[in-house]
Amino acid sequence: MENKKKIKLPLTVDQKIKRRNFISFGIFAVGSAAAYKGWRALYTSPDEVASATAGAHAPLRRALNKTELFFRNFFSNNHLVKTYPKEMAAKNVRQNSKIGLESEFDVADWKLEVKKANGDIMYITIEEIKALPKTEIVFDFKCVEGWDQIQYWGGLKMIDFMDHFGLGDQTQVNYVGLMTPDKKYQVGLDMPSAVHPQTILAYEMNGKPIPLNHGAPLRLIIPVKYGIKNLKRIRYMTFSNRRLPDYWAREGYDYYSGL
Amino acid sequence: MKVIKEKHSLLMRWTHWVNFPLLTIMIWSGMLIYWSNDVYTLTIFGHQFFRFFPDWFNNFFNIPGRLAEGMAFHFLFMWFFALNGLIYVLYTIISGSWRELLPQRKSFKEAWLVLLHDLHIRKMAPPQNKYNAAQRIAYTAIIVMGFGSLITGLAIYKPVQFSTITWLCGGYHLARIAHFVLTIGYVFFFLIHVFQVVLAGWNNFRSVISGFEVVKTEPAIPQIDIETPKAPETDGK
Repeated sequence: MENKKKIKLPLTVDQKIKRRNFISFGIFAVGSAAAYKGWRALYTSPDEVASATAGAHAPLRRALNKTELFFRNFFSNNHLVKTYPKEMAAKNVRQNSKIGLESEFDVADWKLEVKKANGDIMYITIEEIKALPKTEIVFDFKCVEGWDQIQYWGGLKMIDFMDHFGLGDQTQVNYVGLMTPDKKYQVGLDMPSAVHPQTILAYEMNGKPIPLNHGAPLRLIIPVKYGIKNLKRIRYMTFSNRRLPDYWAREGYDYYSGL
Repeated sequence: MKVIKEKHSLLMRWTHWVNFPLLTIMIWSGMLIYWSNDVYTLTIFGHQFFRFFPDWFNNFFNIPGRLAEGMAFHFLFMWFFALNGLIYVLYTIISGSWRELLPQRKSFKEAWLVLLHDLHIRKMAPPQNKYNAAQRIAYTAIIVMGFGSLITGLAIYKPVQFSTITWLCGGYHLARIAHFVLTIGYVFFFLIHVFQVVLAGWNNFRSVISGFEVVKTEPAIPQIDIETPKAPETDGK
C-alpha cells in the first residue's frame, strides 16, 4: 500500500482540448443565458412611478437622468445654435401638434400669469412684452422625430424678460414650467437652458404676428432643445426647485431633451 | 498529431461576444427612432428602388410608434457600446495585436487575391499570419465604422453643445445619413461575416469561444541514426 497516490499523468492533447472547450463553452452558455435574463428583466421592468416624468421603464428613466447629468457638463451659454439668413427660413412652417390648442381661447383676454417660487403671482400683458427690445432668430428647429426645418422667429429674450419684470432672483431656481391655457400641454425646463441667450418668448413668425395654430399670442422658442419643449400659447409660467410637469416627459421622453 | 494553437486572446473573445448583443440592441432601438421620420430611400435618377423600411418590415419587427422607448434604450446602451469598443481598441494597441490586424501596404492588393481565392477563381491564397489581407481590412474597417457611429451619433444627439463635431460630419443631415448608412454597413458586415464563419468551419468558430485552434501536424518520421554509406557525389542530374 505504498503507492496510494495516483500518479498524475500530464493531460493528453485531446484531454486538454476537451477541458478547455468545456470551460469556454460553459462560460459562453452561462454568460449568454445571464445576458438574456438581464435583457428580459430590463425589457419587462415596470414603469417609473409617475411624477414630472412618466411612462418609461424605471431603469431607463434613471439612465436618462444620469445621462442628462453627464451632458449638462457640456452645456454653455457660449455654445450658440447656428443661425441662418432670413431667406433660408421656411415659408410654410410645420405645425406638428395641436395639443394644448384645442380648447376655446380668446386672444383678447390673454395675460401671462407668472407664479414665483414663493407663490407670488403677477400678470403680464402682451403689450408690455412687445414694448421691450425684440430679438430675432433664424435657426434649424429640430424635432425629436428626426425632421428639422429652418424657421424665423421674433420675440423677447427669456433672460431679458426675467430681468425686466423683476424675476432676476427666480433664475436661481432650478426649473421653469410653462403651460397652455387649458393646462393640457406642459413643459418643464432646467434654468440654464431657459435663460440661454437664444431662448425667446416669441410673438412673431416670419416677421408677422404668430398665427393661432403656431401659438399666438406668445410661445416659447428654445433652440437648445427639441421641438417638444417649444410650447405654444403660453399662459402659465411657474418656478420651482423641483422638476415641473412635462407633457412629453410623461409620455416616456427624456426630460432634458437638450441639443 | 494534434497540436493546440492559441489564436484569440480572452479579451478579444469577450469584447467580440459582448459587442454582438449590444450592437443588436443599438440597431433595434435605432430603428424604433428612425421609424418616426423614415425618409430615406434608395433613389437613382429619380427612380425609387427601395424605401427604408417597408411597412411589412416595420410591422414584422413591431417597430411603429415606439420612439420614446427607442431613444431611452439607445441612450443607455450607447454607453456600453462605446465602452466595450474602447476596451477592445485600447487592448489592441497595448497588447500589440494591432500588428496582426491593421492592413499593411500589400494588404489591399492581397485582399483582391483572397477574394479571387474565396470565389474559387484562384487556386492559391496569399500567405498569411493570423488574419488574411481581406480580414485585416474588414476587421479594421469595422472598428473605424464603430468609431464613426459614435461620432455621427454625437453629432446628431448634441448638435449644439458639440457643434464642431456636427460641422466635421458635414452638418446635421449628413451626420444623420452617415449614422444610418453605417448601420446598414453593419448589417452587410454581419451577413458576410456569418457566411464566412460558416464556410471556415468549426475549428475556426470554436477559436472565438475557446481561444485556440487544433492544428494537425504531420507525424515526425523517427530518425534512426545509422551510419549510412555516403552516396557518391553527383551534380544532381
